[in-house]
Amino acid sequence: MIKQWFAKTVSIALGVVLLAGCEPPTAESTQNGFRGTGMLQLEQPKVREAKVAANQVPAASPALPATPPYAKDVYQNVQVLGDLGVGQFTRLMAAMTQWVAPEEGCNYCHVTGNLASDDIYTKVVSRRMLQMTQHINANWNDHVGETGVTCYTCHRGNNVPAEIWFEDPGPRSAAKAGWRDNQNTPAPVAAMASLPYDSLSRYLLGDEEIRVIGNTALPSTNTSSIKATEGTYSLMMHMSDALGVNCTFCHNTRAMADWTQSTPQRVTAWYGIEMARDLNVDYLDPLQPVYPEHRLGDLGDAPKANCATCHQGVNKPLYGAAMVKDFPSLTVEASTSAMGQVSSEAASAVATSEAVDRQEAEGI
Amino acid sequence: MALLSFERKYRVRGGTLLGGDLFDFWVGPFYVGFFGITTLFFAGLGTALIIFGASQGDTWNLWQINIAPPDLKYGLALAPLSDGGLWQIITICAVGAFGSWLLREVEICRKLGIGFHIPFAFGVAVFAYVTLVVIRPMLMGAWGHGFPYGILSHLDWVSNVGYQYLHFHYNPAHMLAVTLFFTTTMALALHGALVLSATNPKKGEAVKTPEHENAYYRDTIGYSIGTLGIHRVGLILALAAGFWSAVCIVISGPFWTRGWPEWWSWWLNLPLWS
Repeated sequence: MIKQWFAKTVSIALGVVLLAGCEPPTAESTQNGFRGTGMLQLEQPKVREAKVAANQVPAASPALPATPPYAKDVYQNVQVLGDLGVGQFTRLMAAMTQWVAPEEGCNYCHVTGNLASDDIYTKVVSRRMLQMTQHINANWNDHVGETGVTCYTCHRGNNVPAEIWFEDPGPRSAAKAGWRDNQNTPAPVAAMASLPYDSLSRYLLGDEEIRVIGNTALPSTNTSSIKATEGTYSLMMHMSDALGVNCTFCHNTRAMADWTQSTPQRVTAWYGIEMARDLNVDYLDPLQPVYPEHRLGDLGDAPKANCATCHQGVNKPLYGAAMVKDFPSLTVEASTSAMGQVSSEAASAVATSEAVDRQEAEGI
Repeated sequence: MALLSFERKYRVRGGTLLGGDLFDFWVGPFYVGFFGITTLFFAGLGTALIIFGASQGDTWNLWQINIAPPDLKYGLALAPLSDGGLWQIITICAVGAFGSWLLREVEICRKLGIGFHIPFAFGVAVFAYVTLVVIRPMLMGAWGHGFPYGILSHLDWVSNVGYQYLHFHYNPAHMLAVTLFFTTTMALALHGALVLSATNPKKGEAVKTPEHENAYYRDTIGYSIGTLGIHRVGLILALAAGFWSAVCIVISGPFWTRGWPEWWSWWLNLPLWS
C-alpha cells in the first residue's frame, strides 16, 4: 500500500517536473529552405512579443545643418567630431547621453565645468567607441549593410552594454581533481551545452581556425581534432543563441561547410565573425589600461564584444531599425589614423595617471 | 512454400473484425482478409504514386528520389499535387497500409486465440511514424513539418530538424530512446549468445537445458530472468525505444523551440544547489 502510494507520488512529481520544462504548442515557424528540408526557424509568439517590445528604438530629434561655427572651433579637445556644426555636435552629444547614460547625464563622461577634460575614463572610452562606430559603418557594410550601428545598438540605455564578454577562467576546482579540460560544465556562452566555455577568446579575439570540416568524404587530408570541432561548435552555439535562431538559419546541415548549400545569411555571419575579431583586437581589448578595475574581467581583461552585444537575441539588431541614417557623422571615419594615434596616446596617459592613483589608494 | 500437414487445423474461418466471411481465405500460405485487401490497395496505390512522383522529379537515382511535403504556407490544408499534394496522398496511403496490416495481424491473432503482442508491437512502430507525419505536423500547424520521402532526403531532414534545437543529444527523450536502442541490442546479443552456447556443447555432449542457461547468469550476475522473462524484457526494451523516439520528436517543436541544452536549466536552477 505504502509502496503504491510512494510510486504514485514519485511518478506524479516526476511528471510535473518534466512538464514544467515544456512550452505550449503555439510556436510559429518560418521556412527558409526548400520544402521538406527542415530548414526553418521556430519562435513562441510570447517570446517574440517580448523581444519586439524590448527592441523599440528612441526617436531621433530633427536633423540640423552642417553650418559653421564648427565644433572644433568652439570647443577644445574635440578629436573625432570636430567637423560637425555646433548644433549637430550638441544634438549628437544629447543623443549619446540618451543612449548610454540617460540617468547620469553629461557628467557620466565630462568633468563638470571643464567639458574638454579627459580626466574621466569614460570620456576616453567613448571617444574610442565613436571611432569604432564610424569604423564599423564605414568599413563593415558587408555585415551591417546600410542599417549601420549607433551607440544604442549595443548600449540600449545602459552605461555598459548588457551583453559583453571576458575571458572565462571556468569554474574553480581543486588542483588536479575535477579537471574539465576547458569544457564539461554547462557553458553559458555555448547556450548551456557542456562545450568549451572560453571559445570566444579563441575565435573572436584570437584567430584560431573555425572551419573543421574536411573537403573530402574520407578524412584523408583533414587534420582537425575533435577538440577543435568542439570549440567551433561552442562558437556556433553562441552565434545561434545571440541571434535567436537555430543552425539552419545559415547552414543546410547535410553539408555544413558547403557555401552553395548555405543560406545568404551565412555570408553576412562570416563577415560578422571577422568584424567582431577586428573590433576586439583593434578597439576593445587595447582599452584595457583605461578601465578601472571594476570594469575588468576575472582575469583582468577588457570587456569585449561578441554577436550578442549588438544582436541581443534578434537576427537583425533592433529588428533592422536604421538609426544611423539620422546621424550621418557616425558613418564616416573622420581622418582616423591621426585621430586614432592621438586618442590612444591620451588613453595611455589616462591609464598611467589612473594606475598611479590606484596604487596610491592601495598604499603600494 | 509448402503447407505443413498440421497447419490446416489452425486455418479456421471467423475471428474477422470486418467484412465477415467476405475475404476470409488464404492465398497459398498468406491469410487475405478484408484488411489484407485494404493493405494491398493502399500499398499499391502509394507505391505507384511514389513512382509517379519520381517521374516528375529530376532523377531516377534510387538514393536521391525525393517526394517532399508541402511548403509551410499551406498549413493543414491540401496542397497542389506537384507542390506537396502528392506527399499528402502518399501519407494517407502509408497510414492506411500500416493500419490495415496491423488490423490483419489482429485478425490472425483472433483466429489463433493468441495474445495481441505482435499487433501491439507493430502498433508502436506505426505510432512512431504517425507521430512524425501526422501528430507533430498537426500540433505545429502545417503538413510541411512532416519528413520527405526519399532515402537521402529524409536523412537530411533528420539532420536539420536535430540542429533546429542546436544540440539534440540534450533532448531527454532522445537520451532515453538511444539508451533503449543500445540496451535492446545488448539484451538480444546476450540472449542470442546464451541460446547458441547452450545448443552448441562440446562434440559428443548433449545439448544443454534452460537450467544450464539460468545457472550461467546466476553465476555471472547473481540472477537469471528466465526463458520467458528474457522475451518480455526484449519486447519492452524494443517498444520503449520506439516509443521514446516518438516522444523525443513530438516534444521538439510543439513543446520546445529553443536549444535542448537550455532545457536543462530547471536542473541547474534546482533550489538544492542554485
